[in-house]
Amino acid sequence: MTTRLHKVLMGSCLALGLGLAAPASSEELRIGYISPVTGIFAQVGKDMVDGFQMYLDEHGGKLGGMDVKFIVEDDQGKPDAGVTKAKKLILQDKVHMFIGGLLASTGYALAPISTSEKTLYISSVSSADDLTQRQLSKYPYFVRTSWTSSLPHQPLGQWACDNGFKKVIVIAADYAFGYETAGGFQKVFEDCGGKVVQKIWPPLGTKDFGPYIPTFKADADAIFTTMVGPMALQFPKQLRGAGVKKPILGSGVSYDEFVLPFMGDEVIGDVSALHYSAAIDTPRNQEFVKAYRAKYGKVPGYYSENNYTTAMWLDEAIKKAGGKYPGPEEFIKIMASIKLDAPRGPVELDENRNPIENVYIKKVEKKKVFGYDKDELWNTVIKTYPKVSQFWTYGKDKFLAQPVYDRDFPPCKFCE
Amino acid sequence: MGSQRAKIIIVALCLAALALIVPHSGSFVVLLATRAMAFAILAMSVDLLLGYTGLSSMGQAAYFGVGAYLTAVLATKMHFGLGWDFWLVVIMGILLGAALAAVFGLFAIRAGGVYFLMITLALGQCVWGLAYRWNSLTGGDNGINMTGRPNFGLDLTNEVTFFYLVFAFFVVSMVLMYVLVRSPFGQSLAGIRERELRMQILGYNTWLHKYIVFIIAGGFGGLSGVLWAHTNGHVSPETVVLTTSVDSLLMVVLGGAGTLVGATIGTAIVFALREYLSTLVPWWQYVLGGVYVLTILYLPMGLMGLLTRARQRLKPESKDEGVKKLATNPS
Repeated sequence: MTTRLHKVLMGSCLALGLGLAAPASSEELRIGYISPVTGIFAQVGKDMVDGFQMYLDEHGGKLGGMDVKFIVEDDQGKPDAGVTKAKKLILQDKVHMFIGGLLASTGYALAPISTSEKTLYISSVSSADDLTQRQLSKYPYFVRTSWTSSLPHQPLGQWACDNGFKKVIVIAADYAFGYETAGGFQKVFEDCGGKVVQKIWPPLGTKDFGPYIPTFKADADAIFTTMVGPMALQFPKQLRGAGVKKPILGSGVSYDEFVLPFMGDEVIGDVSALHYSAAIDTPRNQEFVKAYRAKYGKVPGYYSENNYTTAMWLDEAIKKAGGKYPGPEEFIKIMASIKLDAPRGPVELDENRNPIENVYIKKVEKKKVFGYDKDELWNTVIKTYPKVSQFWTYGKDKFLAQPVYDRDFPPCKFCE
Repeated sequence: MGSQRAKIIIVALCLAALALIVPHSGSFVVLLATRAMAFAILAMSVDLLLGYTGLSSMGQAAYFGVGAYLTAVLATKMHFGLGWDFWLVVIMGILLGAALAAVFGLFAIRAGGVYFLMITLALGQCVWGLAYRWNSLTGGDNGINMTGRPNFGLDLTNEVTFFYLVFAFFVVSMVLMYVLVRSPFGQSLAGIRERELRMQILGYNTWLHKYIVFIIAGGFGGLSGVLWAHTNGHVSPETVVLTTSVDSLLMVVLGGAGTLVGATIGTAIVFALREYLSTLVPWWQYVLGGVYVLTILYLPMGLMGLLTRARQRLKPESKDEGVKKLATNPS
């Protein structure tokens, strides 16, 4: 019984990428990883871990010559639990750094621990704007390798304006991530001359959009939407079902490769923006997508790509530090000096420790990509904004002078 | 009465052992024990309602939440409660929890059974909604990060010092609640639990009894929230969410409703499984689920019921137990 239990345990550990058997040595790099392995975000949590694990497997479990001890802890998608697990990783496992956290709220909860425990925290998914903006000075041991929520949506505002959209309805999930994505879009769109004529905030987890769709203003010519989780599947279906033909400009998260295979043909033609698309037509990305799909049987979304790139970043940084971990301050400096050629394109840190990266305006199309023989939904890149900063074109000082994007900022000047 | 004294001595010994052993284990264990004790105060307050009065409240996270948010808002917006004024915050937290319970009690106490459960659930969700939507005060979904723990000569940033502080609050709360349930007031609560109609016929104002204990439980909930906020350094709507209420209820049922020690044991077990076992194995949820199911199926009196049953089997002729059994089963 015990041995069988043991086998089951070992099997599930391996399956989840939990048990990386690294022989202990003095040159061991201990990395704590926090992601929701159970609970409603479990699938996303697994994609995050898989991305990081894939890079490790490709490099024989070593980063920059150091053996890696990769310890995954489950935060169940709750900030509280994330805090406990981060402390466990630091106090008990004595990790050199901890990585991960999915939700913006988790990012806000984990960052202070990096300060109080003087341990490096790398946010590889969590996108809460203010951590690398107005609150940066509080968190000297914090780096982000992913994005801020508003980063890709500011170019989307520009794109919408440049492509002749005049009046747009905003409908986004009612929480910080929704406010920040929609805020970024609205700010740039209106500065360019567009008008947001209506803002609707359905609660997180809304499955029935029946009460909202009929209230859409008839004279608007597009809809901006940020939907997460099951909302992303339901909204386009119900919108098209209700006969609304207005084009959608969405947050990239609503059309991420994580949900795309489960969507129907009603999403074809929908436009979204993100710092990654699995359909980016570069040899580097094609290689990544094919390897990932062969290993895990699915197309990688940004959750996996961001973590793969994070591992790559660590690899380069440790190499540059001479095969050892030089402590958080020095390590951040080294990370900032590295320019990566990631699957998502060129990536480097700005002075606020947030990536400068390409933003892709994507359109959902049904086609064959990279030699796969079936017609599938892909996020075809229709426009690339190169080297986009979290401050867009405003410049750091001007951008930081305004408040963080919120439910009421920017104010809805053109709503009646 | 002799067995009661023995029980007190056993509990006191266990607590002393806890205070002596935990600080010398790993610092993560200290952190877990601190969290569990802060939460155990909430669980015991639930037990006051569920175990001693027969009211199953599904909204206890509300009082916990206002305590936690009060602490976090005062600390971050006004830098209040980070020195000696920490004690003021403790008092304010207790009063706020009690005041909220006094308001909610007006609605909830009128109902009984499953209706009481529904109303407390709804009221609890109101507080959650407020925490989630009142962005300017609560930070919405992102919650509030606290910058540090109070320092008044005692530096609470030290985990072990903070452990002892929470330990002290925990012991004092336990003693106070113990005194409460052993008092004539507590005895009449037990009477209400067993047969409310009979108590009414005997001339007790049962509404008032229930209302008062509801407020007291709210006060302890507030205290628990204040400590929780400092334990975690972070307060978010997740603190106030329905599952917090359900967790506290399950902990009480698991440990054994109607015994304060049971509530504590239940809390300890859930925390150990959820936060320690989960660092070891990925299938910890099956264990937790299994423990709940087995408890409900085989130990309706909770783990404390196991002790009682064992004792009954060992000394089947004990007069003491026989009398007690009669007293608690008036059918």
